[in-house]
Amino acid sequence: MSTVVLLLVTGLGLGALYFLVASGLSLIYGLMGVLNFAHGVFLSLGAFIGWEVARRLDPSTWTGFLLAMVIGALAGAAVAALTELLLIRPLYNRHIEQVLVTVGLGLVGVALFEGFWGTDAIFISGPAWMAQTTEIAGARIPNNRFLAIAVAAAVLAALVLFLKHTRYGLIIRAGVENRSMVTALGIDVRRSFTLVFSIGGAAAGLGGVLASQYYGYVSAHLGQTLLIFAFIVTVIGGLGSLGGAAVAAVLVAIPQQLANYYLNGVGDLVAVLALAVVLLVRPSGLMGAKAA
Amino acid sequence: MSAILEVEHLSATINGQLVVEDVSFSVPGTGVTAVLGRNGVGKTSTMKAVMGLIGRAGRVEFDGHRIDREDTHRIVRRGIGYVPEDREVFAGLTVAENLRLAERDAKPRRELVEQLFPDLVRRAGQRAGTLSGGQQQMLSLARALLNTNRLLLVDEPTKGLAPKIVTEVAEALEEAARTVPILLVEQNLPVIERLAHDVVVIDAGTVVHTGDARSLLDDEEAVHRLLGVHAETTPAPEGAK
Repeated sequence: MSTVVLLLVTGLGLGALYFLVASGLSLIYGLMGVLNFAHGVFLSLGAFIGWEVARRLDPSTWTGFLLAMVIGALAGAAVAALTELLLIRPLYNRHIEQVLVTVGLGLVGVALFEGFWGTDAIFISGPAWMAQTTEIAGARIPNNRFLAIAVAAAVLAALVLFLKHTRYGLIIRAGVENRSMVTALGIDVRRSFTLVFSIGGAAAGLGGVLASQYYGYVSAHLGQTLLIFAFIVTVIGGLGSLGGAAVAAVLVAIPQQLANYYLNGVGDLVAVLALAVVLLVRPSGLMGAKAA
Repeated sequence: MSAILEVEHLSATINGQLVVEDVSFSVPGTGVTAVLGRNGVGKTSTMKAVMGLIGRAGRVEFDGHRIDREDTHRIVRRGIGYVPEDREVFAGLTVAENLRLAERDAKPRRELVEQLFPDLVRRAGQRAGTLSGGQQQMLSLARALLNTNRLLLVDEPTKGLAPKIVTEVAEALEEAARTVPILLVEQNLPVIERLAHDVVVIDAGTVVHTGDARSLLDDEEAVHRLLGVHAETTPAPEGAK
C-alpha cells in the first residue's frame, strides 16, 4: 500500500512538471499552429539561471529558492518572448520553417548550455525541507513532490483565471478556435503571440527550477528529456486545451511511474502506447481544441 | 453617388489556386449591393480577398484609401464590418464573450444589438456552439453591428436557415442598411429583391454583369442565364416587396 501511495504522489509530482511544460506548448500550438521544439531550452535555462541565483544567495534558504523560481520563470519568459519576436514572427504562416527554426534553437540551446555549464549534470541542493519526507499512509514522500504539485496547481489556476477574465485571455481563447476570425473582428492577434510565448516560457522556466529539485540535478538535456513527454501530454490532452494538458499530464505520469516500478522500467513505453491509443481512438485528444 | 469601395482587377488565390480572376466593381455609399452568382464562382473568395483573408492582387480602395496591402485587422479598423459565410462564431465562448470580443469602439452600440436581437440578451451566458443556426447568424450579425462601421460585408446570411429566421435576418439587414452601406453575398432572390438596390454578378471568377437589382430580377431570361435559377422558385421571406 505504501509503495502505491508513494508512486501515486511521485507520479503526480512528475505530472506537475509535464504540465508546466505542456501548458505552454499547448497554448502556443493552439493559437499559432507552431510546434515549439525549443520549449525545452526555456526549461533548461530556467533551471540553470535559477540554480545560479540560488547558489549565490544560499541554496539552503527559502529566500534563495523562491528567488530562483521567480528569476527562472522570468528568464524563461524573456527568452521565449525574444524567440517569438526574432525567430517565429518573421516566419508568420510558414509553419514548416517555424518548426525547423525551433528544432535548430533546441539543438543550439543544448550546445550553449554545455558550453557554459559543462556536459556533466550539476547536482544541486535546496532548503532542508525539500530533501525531507512526509509520511502518508506509511509512504515516505519527498517534500519536493508536494511543492511541484502545489506550484503546478497554482499555475493552472492562474492561467484559467487569466484566460477567463482578461481581454487578452478572451483573444487567446478565441484565437485558439479561429485565428483568422479574430483578425476579422479588427484584433491584431499577433500581439497575443508574444504574450503566449512568454507565458509558456515562464511556466517552463518555473518547471525547470522545480525539475532540478525533483531530479536533484541540472543538466543541459533536462529540458529536452521532459519535452518529449510534454509533447505526448499535449497531444493526448488536445492541442490548444489547457485543461486537457492538466488531465493528460496526470494520466501519463502516474501509469508511467507505476509501470516503471511494477513492469521493469517500461514506463516510457506506456506513455508512448497511450499516445498511440489516443491518436487512433480520438485524434483530437481528450479535450479537443479549447483553451480552457 | 460616390463609391465607398472600389475594386479593380482583383484576383485571389487559395493554396496557390486562382479562385478570383479579374473582378472589378464599386459599392455606392448607401444601400445594399448584392453579389450574385452560381455556387463556386468566387463570391465568397471575392469578399475574403477584399478583407485580406486570402492572398490577393489588384486594387481595392475604401473611402479613398488603398487597403489591398493592409492586414485584415487594419482593414476592419478602417470601418469595415465582416459577417462571414457559415457565421464563424466562437463556439467555446459564450454569447456575451463573442460580443465583448467584437467591441472595438469606445461606445459599442449594445442598445441597437439588444433591440435587434433580444434573444441574444436572454442567451448571454450560453456557449455560442450550442446555439441554433439562426441564433448563430444573429450573433454573427450582432458582432458586426456593435461597432460604427462605414461598410458591412455580409456573406450568405440566410444560408441554411428556416424561412422565419430568413425573414428576421432580412429585417435586421434592412434596419442596418438605413445607416451603413452593405455588400451582400446572397443566393435567396426574394431577400435580394427586398434589400438590394444594385447587383454584381460573378461567373467563373470574373464580373459578368453589374447594374440595377430590380432590372435584373424582372428579366427572367437574364436571371436564368446568369444565375441558373428562375426568379420565382425561391419562397419569399415574410414582408418581401
